[in-house]
Amino acid sequence: MADKRTTADAVAAELRDGMTIGIGGWGSRRKPMALVRAILRTPVKDLTVVSYGGPDVGLLCAAGKVKRVVFGFVTLDSIPFDPWFGRARETGAIAVTEYDEGMFGAALSAAAQRLPFLPMRAGLGSEVMRANPDLRTVRSPYADGEELVAVPAQHLDVALVHLNRADARGNAQYLGPDPYFDDLFCLAASKRFVSVEKVVETPDLLAGGPVQSLLLNRGAVDGVVEAPRGAHFTTAVPDYGRDERFQRHYAACAKDPDAWPGFADRFLSGDERSYLSEVDKFEAEAA
Amino acid sequence: MSATRAEIAVVAVAELFRGDGEIVVSPMGLVPQLGAKLARLTFEPDLLMSDGEAYLVTTDGVVEGWQPFRKMLDTIVPHGRRHVVMGANQIDRYGNQNISAIGDHARPKKQLLGVRGAPGNTVNHRTSYWVPRHSSRVFVDTVDVVSGVGYDNAAKAGPSAEKFHDVHRVVTNLGVFDFATPDHSMRAVSLHPGVTRDEVAAATTFEIDFGSVVTSREPADEELRLIREVVDPKSLRDKEVPA
Repeated sequence: MADKRTTADAVAAELRDGMTIGIGGWGSRRKPMALVRAILRTPVKDLTVVSYGGPDVGLLCAAGKVKRVVFGFVTLDSIPFDPWFGRARETGAIAVTEYDEGMFGAALSAAAQRLPFLPMRAGLGSEVMRANPDLRTVRSPYADGEELVAVPAQHLDVALVHLNRADARGNAQYLGPDPYFDDLFCLAASKRFVSVEKVVETPDLLAGGPVQSLLLNRGAVDGVVEAPRGAHFTTAVPDYGRDERFQRHYAACAKDPDAWPGFADRFLSGDERSYLSEVDKFEAEAA
Repeated sequence: MSATRAEIAVVAVAELFRGDGEIVVSPMGLVPQLGAKLARLTFEPDLLMSDGEAYLVTTDGVVEGWQPFRKMLDTIVPHGRRHVVMGANQIDRYGNQNISAIGDHARPKKQLLGVRGAPGNTVNHRTSYWVPRHSSRVFVDTVDVVSGVGYDNAAKAGPSAEKFHDVHRVVTNLGVFDFATPDHSMRAVSLHPGVTRDEVAAATTFEIDFGSVVTSREPADEELRLIREVVDPKSLRDKEVPA
């Protein structure tokens, strides 16, 4: 029986320049932030980041890791815009493929089903078609003859997702209300890594939630990283909610070029243990 | 009882849902949420309301259904039994909406949210907009990035884009607008009490048809009670729409 436990740094070390990586979660919710922070500590660059974007996209842009973002939105939820993503867009530092939210899911579904594309109504008439002149339409072969968008499959080299629990073999479970698209990210990827709040024995999975909460089976997972608070500062309910105070601090520093180096130095220059320890000090100072 | 501008706006949003029946409404933002709750508590008791997360909820917050984002995008939106009320950073005379970026898409002056679900919403089901501050920065000749598809762009994109296209109305702090003109350009349905045509014209870069405009209706006493005591007892509405 394969024990797939590994570390965030070992996962980050698998990335190569120019890879396409999918990042699960949604906005500032259940993002695999410990894995993202590990990527920040590597020299990897020129990544294509595929994400229902939140601070994962902002942090990777801040560190100059990103060549292209494939997205439908980038938001911190309780704060509408991520300052670093905005700056990367406004300075022309990154290219983008901008999709409607549903098109984004269809692109992952097509990859998951090993189809070249899936037809969709979304996108017709919008900037999505003009900004991506390579997008094609497809005509229904049936009597309706409808012409629809052919959303191309978005294959991923690597998928990174964060769930609440997993066993050592990669069966993984979400305990919050929304699975987001994490299983699709994994099905669309060649290599799949899941970080979790806690690694448990297999029988303890069902002790913690209904069978429907077992989102990923081990066949869709190549590595499991135990990363307590690994989604911080995004949500990982019911284990914890978003750290709004810290998120406000991130956004304020990201907006201010003079403040950012201090933030990066304090929170991002060390390992995950050092990050969490600085977060604890930050919270204690504010209390 | 005399109603505030915010309360007039809440009732105008509630009216968006009149006749919708048992479909999912997705009111984004405070006043749209208040309007949807008011509609549900009064003339549209069967509305299904999402809470912006994974739940369908009653006006009391009781969970009556599960609707995670994936289900929303895979089945609810394309299935079409939905009415969304979105915001708009820009909107033009044909109902094109922009929430993506200001300036050129390739190198925006200001990056906003991204198109989000607007392209899919507008070609799949009824879409309305809520603009809390009607101004010439929002009501523009041409939107920079077409996120929500307006009538002219739907027509240009062909029958598949028009088949279910239904940009219903725009509610603002000044009035209610629709696109029921021969060329689907914007028309004033009603102006809120005290608002003049000049005021609206000055806050809009393009011409609006005022041919059949009336005054927005005042809330009934029971509606005012529900707004003040039930759906918004903390008067959050006054922050979004000052009196």
